Amino acid sequence: MTRHERTVDVLIVGGGPAGLGAGAELAASGAGRVEILEREQAAGGIPRHCHHGGFGGHTMGRGGATGPAYARSCVAAAERAGATLRTGVTVTGWAGPLTVDTTAPTGLERITARAVILATGARERPRSARLVPGSRPPGVYTTGELQQAVHLYRQRIGTRAVVIGDGPISRAAADTLRIAGVDVVAVVSDRPVSRLTALTRTGDRTPVLGRTTLTALTGRERLTGVLVRHHDGRTATLRCDTVVFTGDWIPDHELARRGEITLDPGTRGPAYDASHRTNRTGVFAVGNLLHGVESAGVALAEGRAVAAPVLRHLTAGEWPTGRPSIAVESPLRWIAPNLVGPAGDLPLHGRLTLRTDRRLTAPLLLVRQDGRELHRQRLLLPAVPDRPFHLRGDWLDRADPHGGTVRISAR
Amino acid sequence: MPETYESHPMPLTITTAGELTADEPSGTQPYDVTVVGAGVVGAAIARELARYRLRTALLDASDDIGNGTSKANTAILHTGFDAVPGSLEARLVREGQHRLRAYAAETGIPVERVGALLVAWDEEQLAALPALLAKAERNDYRAARLLDAGELRAREPHLGPGALGALEIPDESIICPWTTPLAYAIQAVRAGVHLHLNCRVRHIDSDDEVHTLTTTRGPLRTRHLINAAGLHADELDRELGHDDFTVTPRRGQLIVFDKLARDLVDHILLPVPTAAGKGVLVAPTVFGNVLLGPTAEDLDDKTATGSTAGAIALLREKGRRILPALLDEEVTAVYAGLRAATGQEDYRIKSRPERRHITVGGIRSTGLTASMAIAAHVVDLLGDSGLDLGTPSELPPVTMPNLGEAFPRPYQDAERVAADPAYGTLVCHCERVSAGEIRDALAGPVPPRSPDGLRRRTRAGNGRCQGFYCGAAVRALFEEARS
Repeated sequence: MTRHERTVDVLIVGGGPAGLGAGAELAASGAGRVEILEREQAAGGIPRHCHHGGFGGHTMGRGGATGPAYARSCVAAAERAGATLRTGVTVTGWAGPLTVDTTAPTGLERITARAVILATGARERPRSARLVPGSRPPGVYTTGELQQAVHLYRQRIGTRAVVIGDGPISRAAADTLRIAGVDVVAVVSDRPVSRLTALTRTGDRTPVLGRTTLTALTGRERLTGVLVRHHDGRTATLRCDTVVFTGDWIPDHELARRGEITLDPGTRGPAYDASHRTNRTGVFAVGNLLHGVESAGVALAEGRAVAAPVLRHLTAGEWPTGRPSIAVESPLRWIAPNLVGPAGDLPLHGRLTLRTDRRLTAPLLLVRQDGRELHRQRLLLPAVPDRPFHLRGDWLDRADPHGGTVRISAR
Repeated sequence: MPETYESHPMPLTITTAGELTADEPSGTQPYDVTVVGAGVVGAAIARELARYRLRTALLDASDDIGNGTSKANTAILHTGFDAVPGSLEARLVREGQHRLRAYAAETGIPVERVGALLVAWDEEQLAALPALLAKAERNDYRAARLLDAGELRAREPHLGPGALGALEIPDESIICPWTTPLAYAIQAVRAGVHLHLNCRVRHIDSDDEVHTLTTTRGPLRTRHLINAAGLHADELDRELGHDDFTVTPRRGQLIVFDKLARDLVDHILLPVPTAAGKGVLVAPTVFGNVLLGPTAEDLDDKTATGSTAGAIALLREKGRRILPALLDEEVTAVYAGLRAATGQEDYRIKSRPERRHITVGGIRSTGLTASMAIAAHVVDLLGDSGLDLGTPSELPPVTMPNLGEAFPRPYQDAERVAADPAYGTLVCHCERVSAGEIRDALAGPVPPRSPDGLRRRTRAGNGRCQGFYCGAAVRALFEEARS
């Protein structure tokens, strides 16, 4: 018995907000047969297990929607538009330039498309990838696993937890822990953190340990504590049976890399231009595969925005080659998009997204190519780690598409 | 042709809780042989004993087989090219690799003959290679040969700068360290061996007829005793009245890199041992990852299986020299295992026929490779110690689910998915583990008692996300099967 072979017009890998947005827009624009493959049993991506509100902003009513409601609305929009959404289908590899192999309970297939859109998302780095030493007991989570355990499976978590990381994701993790009846004993971050940025809820007395590094986990049958060291040298053991590693996103880039798609060294996602084209002809990329991570709303909007260039490609079939990269200099961490597109296309909202490794107060961003300054822009607000900030994109058409790397620095 | 464990009519005896003798009628004979320690060596011995009409028990203090040193090693099937010529270890490694290679082929344990290269990074190491070649020949290994820098570079283009040459050992292989002891244990219990888990031996009283083991699960009586207690073999020996050696745990920390690193390396890259000490190795795994390690730290604490910041930094520094691009890849896991060092560079296998017990100690890094030969050797010793073994019979065959990346996995098998859609329902995405494989493992003859045990049987949760995507789902399947 062999694989069932068939063809579609546009194949979208990943049924989170980005993939669903792309599917909805393309199906509505008459792109032909548009198929979205989602490896989980339910589509919707990470919002499926984010039970907090705020998704979709004002488009979803006052205070936004909860994650699951947002996920459902993305699914409904794609299906309403006429996209075919198939869940429980895993793309296991490439079988040709625009051909993938899949595995599903219904069988093995080989699907060839005229255009492929990668929307495989991002995940949090687990404890091991962060090289945190110590023992390997149960009780160690990422936010993603924790949220699924609590909201999708109603599993017992523990009694006392330490949350690693600061910012919105760690707040979501702490909220989920409290819903599960777990006492959050501390929030630990290796950066300077004020209580205000780490905690938003009034009356929340959880200790926030900034400039503090996690040095080891202890316990055998179960986590018994975490060892921490403050930057001034003080050390402590925080007794807990649960630790949640939050944030520190890495794009789920396996399929992209297996397809020999060039990655951007900063984002670790595919290098792409304002039209979401990768270096591989006919392969586009959208959502948090490109930048770990932006909000679900940004992912959805990118998905929608990719429809126009995909349609253009289906008609014209052109694909640029040898485009210069857009690279950042330290302490800037990454920029997206990170390839210069030839045709004066602008990225979403006409701007590029950046991250920094350390706080920059009202930085001056300089854009240069081959010694020529293309643009300079002073930011009014400070740039802080793990929060997006933006650079206008109107200089993109001044960049030489055959020139050297465009370099972005901050002063 | 689903390769699940074949059904077998004989009821299996596997206990994990309660008094050991609770179900037995009074006046029951003691066991003929009890093997203490269900690591890869103890399980292999139990399997070998299972050929004979003996009442045999296999005990382990933990809740699973292969749950100590056996689960955290470098997973290499050695040739024994660098063993001490003439030592017992040299002979058993040489014999054991042939036995295990054949057994793996028969049972479906993944083995890849990737070959090893001992890479010389300086003149001293380069000068040491001819002597290692000669040593290999004294160990009856004749396929080794020297490679110059150009040949080496052609074989391993991603090596760091400065590699001067290598000794090639074409038969060094990688093997699944988890499936091997599990296969032994399954075959043993299928042939009637009793497996008692969560059963730590506290104390031993011996008289002229029987040893009475006081365990955490009550008393157990046995005529013959085999001490395969690994790190705790010295303590068990002392219970038996012998003080021949002390086990000093030698910790080996290892870093497992993402599968996307697998294309960076084709061989096991071994360090050249010099006066300055042993370096670290880089090796592919049968799961498709790349290992970097191990360290060698002599400790006192037999439970110190944690990793340390210093060792992780040291390994990364050494790894950067060997394979610079490896360090750009994500780390999937960091783990540490403890080898049972005894201050002697050979196994300490000793039979005391008059006392009816055999100590199988000091099995350090080569236990996996030598396990089947150790088992045969121990059973020979047992036959010489007054126990009438009788004639051996064939063991019931066993087919293990394939965990190896180089061999077809269920998700790639159209026929199998068509016959049973559970094999097309992927639960662990990083490792492509299906609901069918998880179901089979949970219903297997020696089922897992923890999500970690399930991971070692299926690879579920063993991948780069470490549970971000599937951790809760896998736990749910595990808990459902337990209830």
